Amino acid sequence: MRFGVVVFPGTWSDCDFHYVISEVLKQPVKYVWHRDRNLTDLDCVVLPGGFSYGDYLRAGAVAGRSPVVEALPEFIAGGGVVLGSCNGFQILCEAGLLPGALMRNECLQYRCQSTHLLVENVETTFTRALRPGQVLTMPISHGEGKYHADPETLRTLRQQNRVVFRYATAEGKVTRAANPNGSVENIAGIVNEEGTVLGLMPHPERAAESAMGGTDGLSIFHSLLGSLVEDGTFLKR
Amino acid sequence: MKVRVLVRLKPGILDVQGAAVQRALAGLGFADVRGLRVGKLVEVDVDAASAAEARARVDEMCKRLLANTILEDYTIESETGDRLAPPGAVR
Repeated sequence: MRFGVVVFPGTWSDCDFHYVISEVLKQPVKYVWHRDRNLTDLDCVVLPGGFSYGDYLRAGAVAGRSPVVEALPEFIAGGGVVLGSCNGFQILCEAGLLPGALMRNECLQYRCQSTHLLVENVETTFTRALRPGQVLTMPISHGEGKYHADPETLRTLRQQNRVVFRYATAEGKVTRAANPNGSVENIAGIVNEEGTVLGLMPHPERAAESAMGGTDGLSIFHSLLGSLVEDGTFLKR
Repeated sequence: MKVRVLVRLKPGILDVQGAAVQRALAGLGFADVRGLRVGKLVEVDVDAASAAEARARVDEMCKRLLANTILEDYTIESETGDRLAPPGAVR
C-alpha cells in the first residue's frame, strides 16, 4: 500500500508518520510537498499534525486551500483514502471534505495528554480491525480541537454512523470529565459518507510502538492494510 | 479600494477567549463589563472600479477563506467605516 505524507510549512508530525509507515509497518511511503497536485501513485494520503502555514487566520485555513488539498476530491473519487490527524483534521474540515469545524479548546489550555477513545463505527476503511465498543488509548496534542457542528450536521453524522471515535473513560463511558477540549458530544474523530476520509484530533502515529507507551494507533493502519483488496482498491462498507 | 472585514464568532457560539479577557478585565477592576467577545479585523486593498465591485470581490474572499461561516459571521465596511454590504446579505 502506497502512502503519501503531506508536508506543509509548519507541519511537525510528518516524520513520525513516515517513520511508523516505513519502519513499523514496512510499507512504501513518500513525502508529498503541499504544492504537489499529483497523487496518482498513492493509495493513502496522510495529513499530519502541526501548524500548517503557522495556522494563520484559523487552524488549517490556509492549508485547506493549498494545491495538494485541492487535488484531494479527485483522489478520493478515484478510490484513494485520506487520513487527517490533529492539524490534518482541521485542514479536512476547513477544506469542506469533512463537516463541522474545530475551535479553541474550551479549557483554553493546550492539551498534551493521553486520551481514551470509544470506537463507535467499525465499518470504515480505518476501523475494520476493531471491535465496536473497544477503547483505544492515544495521545492528543492541540490547542484547537473542540469539534463544533450545527444540530442538523450532528443529526446527519449520528444517522449515518459517521462518528468513529468519542473521548471516553478507560471503561468506555462517554463523560464530560473525559472530554479534554469541550468537543460537542465528545467527538474525537469522524468520517465522510463513504468512510474513506477520516479526521481525528488524536495522534495514531504517536501510539505505534510499545516504547512510545502503547500501540493502539497501529489498529488504524492495520485496518487500512486489511481493507486493501487484491485489485488495489479498498473494501467499502 | 480599501475595504475592512470584521469577522466574529456567531451569536451563541461560546467565545472562550472573550470570556478569559473579560475575567482579566474584572481582575483589573472593570467588574462592570457585561459581555465581551473577541473578533478579527482584516484590511483588504482590492483593485476595483467601484465600491460595489470591491464589495462583491471581498464577499467572495470571505466565503472562500477569510471567514469560516460554520463558526463566524462577517461584515464588510469601506475604509471610512460605512457598511458596504447590503443589509441581509451578510451580518
